[in-house]
Amino acid sequence: MEMVNLTIDGEKVQVPKGTTVLEAARKIGKKIPTLCFLKGINEIGACRMCVVEVKGARALQAACVYPVSEGMEVYTNTPAVREARKVTLELLLSDHNLECPTCVRNLNCELQKLAEELGIKSIRFTGEKHKAKYDDFSPSIVRDTSKCILCRRCVSTCHNVQGVGVISPNHRGFETMVAPVYDMSLAEVACVNCGQCILACPVGALKEKDDTDKVWQALQDPEKHVIVQIAPAVRVSLGEEFGLGRGAIVTKKIPAALRRLGFDRVFDTDFGADLTIMEEGHEFLERLEHGGKLPLITSCSPGWIKFCEHYYPEFLENLSTCKSPQQMFGAVAKTYYAQKMGIDPSKIFVVSIMPCTAKKYECQRPEMRSSGYQDVDAVLTTREIARMLKEAGINLAAMPDEEFDEPLGISTGAGAIFGATGGVMEAALRTVYEVVTGKELENIEFTGVRGVEGIKEAVVEINGMKIKVAVAHGLANARKLLDRVKNKEAEYHFIEIMACPGGCVGGGGQPILSADERFDVDYRAIRGNAIYEVDRKMPLRKSHENPAVQQLYKEFLGKPLSEKSHELLHTHYTPRPRYPEAE
Amino acid sequence: MELATKKDTDLAEKLREVEKMLEKYKGQKGALLQVLQEAQKIVGYLPIEVQKLVAEALNVTLSEVYSTVTFYSFFNLKPRGKYQIRSCLGTACYVKGADKVLARLEQELGIKVGDTTDDLKFSLDACRCVGACGLAPVVIINDDVYGRMTPDKVPEILKNYE
Repeated sequence: MEMVNLTIDGEKVQVPKGTTVLEAARKIGKKIPTLCFLKGINEIGACRMCVVEVKGARALQAACVYPVSEGMEVYTNTPAVREARKVTLELLLSDHNLECPTCVRNLNCELQKLAEELGIKSIRFTGEKHKAKYDDFSPSIVRDTSKCILCRRCVSTCHNVQGVGVISPNHRGFETMVAPVYDMSLAEVACVNCGQCILACPVGALKEKDDTDKVWQALQDPEKHVIVQIAPAVRVSLGEEFGLGRGAIVTKKIPAALRRLGFDRVFDTDFGADLTIMEEGHEFLERLEHGGKLPLITSCSPGWIKFCEHYYPEFLENLSTCKSPQQMFGAVAKTYYAQKMGIDPSKIFVVSIMPCTAKKYECQRPEMRSSGYQDVDAVLTTREIARMLKEAGINLAAMPDEEFDEPLGISTGAGAIFGATGGVMEAALRTVYEVVTGKELENIEFTGVRGVEGIKEAVVEINGMKIKVAVAHGLANARKLLDRVKNKEAEYHFIEIMACPGGCVGGGGQPILSADERFDVDYRAIRGNAIYEVDRKMPLRKSHENPAVQQLYKEFLGKPLSEKSHELLHTHYTPRPRYPEAE
Repeated sequence: MELATKKDTDLAEKLREVEKMLEKYKGQKGALLQVLQEAQKIVGYLPIEVQKLVAEALNVTLSEVYSTVTFYSFFNLKPRGKYQIRSCLGTACYVKGADKVLARLEQELGIKVGDTTDDLKFSLDACRCVGACGLAPVVIINDDVYGRMTPDKVPEILKNYE
């Protein structure tokens, strides 16, 4: 590797050729402020916060895109640099909705933090503010352009990471607004509700649709039996909101906290995940044995499902007809559980705590009412439940260890790994292998489908048959994989697709990290590793061994793919247009 | 109704022309600006139907196409009239009462600045100095220049374009 020598503020640095000034400075512990920069995603030098003096250069240069060269002299802290940054930031602030104390991103806002770090004490500029739009028609994502600073991090994420591309900077100059075409609502275009744009936003211009009021109301209502399920990925991320470090495992603290918040029963989506494996595993075998449509593609991720409906309708028949674990849980709660407990299902209020914004859309789909009621009444993101706990004065970090309630709180490690990319595939393989062979797996860890690589492939031999599987996470990767299958460049029996990079641990409803923290930390990998640790510590690690699931089949469903299962646990899909209709 | 139907048939025909034009640009993301210019030459403006065809052909998102169309003032989202009226609002024209001339144009045509009449005959824009300050206030219709305009002259002049 060719190395380059330069000085930054007089200090000698040696870095590989092609490194940016920003990266070189970080190497010697110098933090150059950034705002539009999001490593690997948005490196466009647009906001001018990171300007530095480079000796011999005509003007100040944007460190985030300026490559180092031999003998370069960089100055990051001169009067000219400090003043330029301040002017830029004050101009941004002068056109920003400064409702900081009531903003959802208060104390977790990159603009606010920069104002503090750069010592902005007043804003020298006053003037007209841009015409803003508040768009809350989507069930998942709210846009508030009064707070938008036009950094384009959401745009790059939507286009390049997710391959969706429904938002862009429209119009020009002072009128520029990041919006869907014809300034429509996100609800009117082919947005898949994944919420990755929210994770990219440095300010409060993008946020989840807040459903906490609905849940507070239900908790207040003495008539209502309010039950809650938490998704696998939440147990390795909720602790972050309470200062416990990235990927801290808080599985046992969650039941304690949620009970104190007033939930009548605290259950686990991992139960729903185990149930999903029973149905989906058998669906796979059924298709394999009877010439059904292959490859079978997983259906747990509602962002992926809507993506498929809009952009790849030719694959709808490949989708597993299984509902997601959240929806299986809801359907079972308002039928089997209601019956077993002798509770009128109309009095049961099901809350889901999800790492996901698309789940808010999923629970409102008309197909998701097979109990006769809306199966899941409200979906809260990890961030929303953290806000509720804080509002109630419940410190998750200080909670004692408690267990989930029975029967819908019993689960296995196979259910837990649904939270990481490759997890559904691995969980399915554990069960499919044992169902087909009747033999116990020697090594239940299918490490070939684990990890952060965008597309993973593996071949698993079951009873002499080579089963080809593939896993994709992040919808741009899903596009690549599906195009390969479409063009017959690759052939698989079984594919797992998760909308979000990293799988659910990287979901659009998860705690938000600043660009600064994301520079050094692969938070998805950290949370993913934590998920596998959860799995390793479970006494049961295969879905078909879940005693509560076995009991559910014995008492209520009969067997996987039974008529009752089809009625409650399976669904269908609808092709949707890729483009909105003309104005 | 008749007009609307005619408009639709015209558009359908023009869309076919656009599709033909697009064939030579298939998959060329970098050709976006050129393609939009050619499409506007064919259709006269760039409705969503045209933008969708362009997005499909070049393999870019509709959002990117729309973003580009709205960035450049050269591109029009709405149809333009056979006669394009530009009313100067430069300083000299303005102090000589150009705003009142423009208001009368809007009133006579029944449209606002930036719009086009339903019969696609006139579109109305305001522009900055056209360099004919001695004749202020000035109105230009296609290539014809009208100087020393007053609001009362407006109906008379529009009659030339019946």
